[in-house]
Amino acid sequence: MEGAENAFKVRLSIRTALGDKAYAWDTNEEYLFKAMVAFSMRKVANREKTEISHVLLCNVTQRVSFWFVVTDPSEKHTLPAVEVQEAIRMNRNRINNAFFLNDQTLEFLKIPSTLIPPTDPPVPIWIIIFGVIFCIVIVAIILLILSGIRQRRRKDKGPSEVDDTEDKCENTITIENGIPCDPLDTKGGHVNDAFMTEDERLTPL
Amino acid sequence: MEKARPLWDNPLQFVFACISYAVGLGNVWRFPYLCQMYGGGSFLVPYLIMLIVEGMPLLYLELAVGQRMRQGSIGAWRTISPYLSGVGVASVVVSFFLSMYYNVINAWGFWYLFHSFQDPLPWSVCPLNGNRTGYDEECEAASSTQYFWYRKTLNISPSIQENGVVQWEPALCLILAWLLVYLCILRGTESTGKVVYFTASLPYCVLFIYLIRGLTLHGATNGLAYMFTPKMEQLANPKAWINAATQIFFSLGLGFGSLIAFASYNEPSNNCQKHAIIVSLINSSTSIFASIVTFSIYGFKATFNYETCLNKVILLLTNSFDLEDGFVTASNLEQVKGYLASAYPSKYSEVFLQMKNCSLESELSTAVQGTGLAFIVYSEAIKNMEVSQLWSVLYFFMLLMLGMGSMLGNTAAILTPLTDSKVISSRLPKEAISGLLCLVSCAIGMVFTMESGNYWFDIFNDYAATLSLLLIVLVETLAVCYLYGLRRFESDLKAMTGRTLNWYWKIMWAGVSPLLIISLFVFYLSDYILSEALQYQAWDASQLLHVSLLT
Repeated sequence: MEGAENAFKVRLSIRTALGDKAYAWDTNEEYLFKAMVAFSMRKVANREKTEISHVLLCNVTQRVSFWFVVTDPSEKHTLPAVEVQEAIRMNRNRINNAFFLNDQTLEFLKIPSTLIPPTDPPVPIWIIIFGVIFCIVIVAIILLILSGIRQRRRKDKGPSEVDDTEDKCENTITIENGIPCDPLDTKGGHVNDAFMTEDERLTPL
Repeated sequence: MEKARPLWDNPLQFVFACISYAVGLGNVWRFPYLCQMYGGGSFLVPYLIMLIVEGMPLLYLELAVGQRMRQGSIGAWRTISPYLSGVGVASVVVSFFLSMYYNVINAWGFWYLFHSFQDPLPWSVCPLNGNRTGYDEECEAASSTQYFWYRKTLNISPSIQENGVVQWEPALCLILAWLLVYLCILRGTESTGKVVYFTASLPYCVLFIYLIRGLTLHGATNGLAYMFTPKMEQLANPKAWINAATQIFFSLGLGFGSLIAFASYNEPSNNCQKHAIIVSLINSSTSIFASIVTFSIYGFKATFNYETCLNKVILLLTNSFDLEDGFVTASNLEQVKGYLASAYPSKYSEVFLQMKNCSLESELSTAVQGTGLAFIVYSEAIKNMEVSQLWSVLYFFMLLMLGMGSMLGNTAAILTPLTDSKVISSRLPKEAISGLLCLVSCAIGMVFTMESGNYWFDIFNDYAATLSLLLIVLVETLAVCYLYGLRRFESDLKAMTGRTLNWYWKIMWAGVSPLLIISLFVFYLSDYILSEALQYQAWDASQLLHVSLLT
């Protein structure tokens, strides 16, 4: 039967999947397998009469691997590969679960498994996070700019009130190296050379 | 009425600003590569020598100039000599080039950071092909992390000639990156001073966490042993010394004008000598620290890949010869192979052709640098760790902090001369100048978000700054020593800080450092002239090819 037209090879990796809890592959497990295949075939139209005895296994190796084929009720012909493939694909999940295995550890060679696509949320997650951070940054920028404008407006209004009282003079003094500059300028008159500011001493070439 | 120059709130802010600027992505993705290429532990010898001979003196020089002249690069050099204002302009132009392309890295960092909040991580699985029976071919041929980088992030075209269109996703991230930079530099030193507390210290927290995680990973010791075993014969290789000198030079960020800009906001009595030594030592130790982390991650990744390869070979043998599942393990693999070769010679020779030769050495010796290391190798290692989302978020957050810190320095280098100049600052407020700069750089930076953008990025990364910086720093050193006069500068520093200049600095500034820079400059110039065709690496559907730049 090996390599026959409608036969499929199956490969199980029980120890890889279950480690210590691996069960041994014996005739009872083979019976379960035949039952699962028959179950899958019964779900296909026109094949509701498939019995466990119609599923034939052979060439069981240590691997564990074997070939199987499904015959029709007359037991003269084997069912076409396309039908068997279709049936197994439909019920792959049930078959896997019966043996505590998955698509990689219970392989049907020549029957490709349908892969689960990664779930795509309607709005990609990254855009949500991007939007949140974007809004925070924009709000922070606007706040900083507005507070800067307000500070500058307050400073512009400040010097105009200084002329009223001498006390308010202290607020607007800018200090360069401990030497107040403003009083020299706002009081008018001449600049005293002895109070020259640091910057003017750095004469460019 | 003279407005007082804004100052750092305390000297710690200045030190943090310098550290945050100097410690950048190069420490993480360039130094480990150099260490691996040039002899592992023995590379530290030329590196430390160059640090003492070249790094510290030049750093101190720039800080001293900035602190003394109390102006940005253009004003500072004009003060030294009106003929030298070109040096300042050159610094500003180079900084502008750098800020244009450097922020794209932050954009990519944001992209990966935002994608780290998914389960599973998007670069750990390949997308499915059309009829859902297998994975996308490009992803199968390469790996899922490479696919995510080249196809999903960059959507790269096969060659630089094919420009493609601007990809809206990286473009959005680039806009966000520039907005964040604008937010940090908006108020000048006032805001920058607060931000650098975070950008300087947070990367160290993350690196420390990664160090502990990295050292406890399976296979980390393989990577560390491989890296740190010194290969003494590399000391005789002149390339090792040249690369050590180059790495120190560019890692400290000399010549851009950022250090001058930062130092100009200092109190004149600030002890910049102490700060120069501290910053350069911290920069170098961060490089070494980061390379320990990187190599434990390398070791983990290499061991993981090696074991995966072994498992594939085991599976192949088990399936071909129908052996019992679990019979062949890594320890008895060789014996089993020998037995099978003698028992079933013909079948074994067929299978042998499909078997890959697994070798831990070859996995470890794949040395990667640059964006490949940061975005492919690291993300591949992260996807195999437990709780990979957490590690991914931490890692890309650290990359962002490092990148942002360097961007702050770059923009400071451009903005300080602009705000110092009376012409511009009298017409526009500080916020508007910074805003204009960010807008222009962002608009030009859109080039790097096109499909061929990564190739342009590589060109800029390799060629935009190297020769110009060497020339700028050379002229700076010669100008201060010979044009302004070393004695005059010495007395200026003494008047400013109250400390005499050590003889060591004088010798370095006047003699050794200029000679070093001249030799580096000559080497690189001759290298460019002698190399026949300039090449770049192109991604062709699933593999990296070397393609020559057709001029």
